[in-house]
Amino acid sequence: MTPQIAPDDILSVQNISKRFDVSEPFLNRVLERRPRRILTAVNDISFDVPRGKTFAVVGESGCGKSTVARLLMGLHTPSAGAIRFEGTDITHMPPGNPPELRRRMQMIFQDPYASLNPRWRVRDIIGEPLKNFGICKTRAEVTREVEKLLSQVGLIPADAKKFPHEFSGGQRQRLSIARALTTRPELLICDEPTSALDVSVQSQILNLMKDLQDEFNMSYIFISHDLAVVWYMADVLAVMYLGKIVEVGPKEQIFENPQHPYTRLLMETVPKLTVGGTERAPVAGEVPNPISPPPGCSFHPRCPLANDTCRSVAPALNLRAGGQKSACHAADEGRLPAWLRLAAE
Amino acid sequence: MSNFMPMLYAFWDSDITYSFRKSRVAVISALVLLAMFLTAIFAPSLAPQNPFDIAELDLFDSELPPFWVEGGSTAYLLGTDTQARDVLSSIMHGMRISLLVGFASVILAAVMGVTLGLLGGFLGGIVDAVLMRIADVLLSFPPILVALLINGVLRGALPSSAQAESALIVLILSIGLTNWVQYARTVRGSTMVERRKEYIEAARTLGTGKVAIMMKHILPNVLGPVLVIATINLGMAVLTEATLSFLGVGMPPTQPSLGTLIQIGNEFLFSGIWWVVVFPAAALAILVLAVNLLGDWLRDALNPKLR
Repeated sequence: MTPQIAPDDILSVQNISKRFDVSEPFLNRVLERRPRRILTAVNDISFDVPRGKTFAVVGESGCGKSTVARLLMGLHTPSAGAIRFEGTDITHMPPGNPPELRRRMQMIFQDPYASLNPRWRVRDIIGEPLKNFGICKTRAEVTREVEKLLSQVGLIPADAKKFPHEFSGGQRQRLSIARALTTRPELLICDEPTSALDVSVQSQILNLMKDLQDEFNMSYIFISHDLAVVWYMADVLAVMYLGKIVEVGPKEQIFENPQHPYTRLLMETVPKLTVGGTERAPVAGEVPNPISPPPGCSFHPRCPLANDTCRSVAPALNLRAGGQKSACHAADEGRLPAWLRLAAE
Repeated sequence: MSNFMPMLYAFWDSDITYSFRKSRVAVISALVLLAMFLTAIFAPSLAPQNPFDIAELDLFDSELPPFWVEGGSTAYLLGTDTQARDVLSSIMHGMRISLLVGFASVILAAVMGVTLGLLGGFLGGIVDAVLMRIADVLLSFPPILVALLINGVLRGALPSSAQAESALIVLILSIGLTNWVQYARTVRGSTMVERRKEYIEAARTLGTGKVAIMMKHILPNVLGPVLVIATINLGMAVLTEATLSFLGVGMPPTQPSLGTLIQIGNEFLFSGIWWVVVFPAAALAILVLAVNLLGDWLRDALNPKLR
């Protein structure tokens, strides 16, 4: 297969999978006659990230969102598939390599309390990539650059002397953003950057990220489980369920006319502040175990529309009338009922 | 130098110094230790007599009791042994050797244990498995037996002419090689916790190499418990040295440590010359007690759950 990369896509992901071996130790397995256990965290997914836009990934806990982010950064090696950054294959590159390419993509982590080394001063935390990638040569240059970055993310230059524990969660996430910005990245991978923050602080961080995106013309891969946050940030939206993308397309399309029962379920769960009981489809069941996913469509045990085809054949990601793609037999066969609920606001 | 005073004040004002000032036990044991360290370091100039210089010994003064006992002399405050060596001077010189062996073996054990623990915890896999099995084997014997074994092997490997001079090195090696396991296990455990944290992943994505991640990111975060173990182990190392010397495989009588002094004195205990054994033993007990009390305080002070 020849890569078909549109010139305006910064990142292209083709059929990547990640399987983790979660078997017990060899001796236990032999003695207790247990089989190997393979967890498929990411199952054959493909997507393209358009330049200068925000590609959001949404899904429940454990659906493989964070694994995707780690695969892209090289923190995990994919079991199959290919990742191309502007046409260069980076699938098997270790993190930080090749430097001239990796410095153009950076990551913001989920937990602002764990992602900053507690024993390092802010100047050293933010200065680390500056030294690693050879951006600044002297100590004075590093200090100047760090102070500039701190003011760009809404902190003050004097904060460079402090330790991470002297900051609040929101301020720490600003530090994380400043550290990611050091290399002037073109692609920023954000793994639930606001999920550990208060709602009021969340909006500050999101606004900061939007401003920085405009200022530096960055592309974002924005991973979240919060639909309100995704609505605010995304241009293109992918919905993940059990390691697969079940629906992907322009954000407005997906919010206004979701073409997959799981997306509809997610939309239904957004609480609305209207008085009075709105009729809501009851959500049945739990996310199945990714070690032994159900056959056919992985969503069928929870889907009210499931039939025998759904239980035996995995659906393909097909283009729908609205412009998005969804993987659903019901939509293929025209069994998907019309969507009545209005968009999120 | 302009910010030296604020730094000094910040240190004085920090949690750990506050806890130190509040703990009378810690202050007293620190003072006792300081006095003993200074005595040991300056023993050659402080001691009233050089017990190794035969010219200074006067056999007419042998077996004198301490000065407060009848027949004692204020020239020899704690009395003299059968060779007319001043017991006080011997203790000062002996403490010097005991502390030297203690510190050197603790440093050896800590450096070795931290390095191996860091490697095992960070690399995992076969390196980790091999290191930890060795550690298990060492831990399944009483430490004094392991030290005796290593001591015996090292002595056997050396020519008999070199044994007196190399006794110090052999002792340091055998105690150090016995005690690294505790450091390795502790550091390995905390390394395995730290290496899964997001700041390590962040460092990897920022192009920091493996060695730099181990040395600059993980090491500072796992050193806290090492300090506590090292303090408590100092007492243990001094005791192990004394035990080995007492058993006759440690320091030779020509360069006596506290343990050697106790061994020599032990032979005369029943002939009524009690001071030759009691005072070195008391010095050893006070030294180890002070180290252990200080270690206990440090452990509690660094444990956030006990604050």
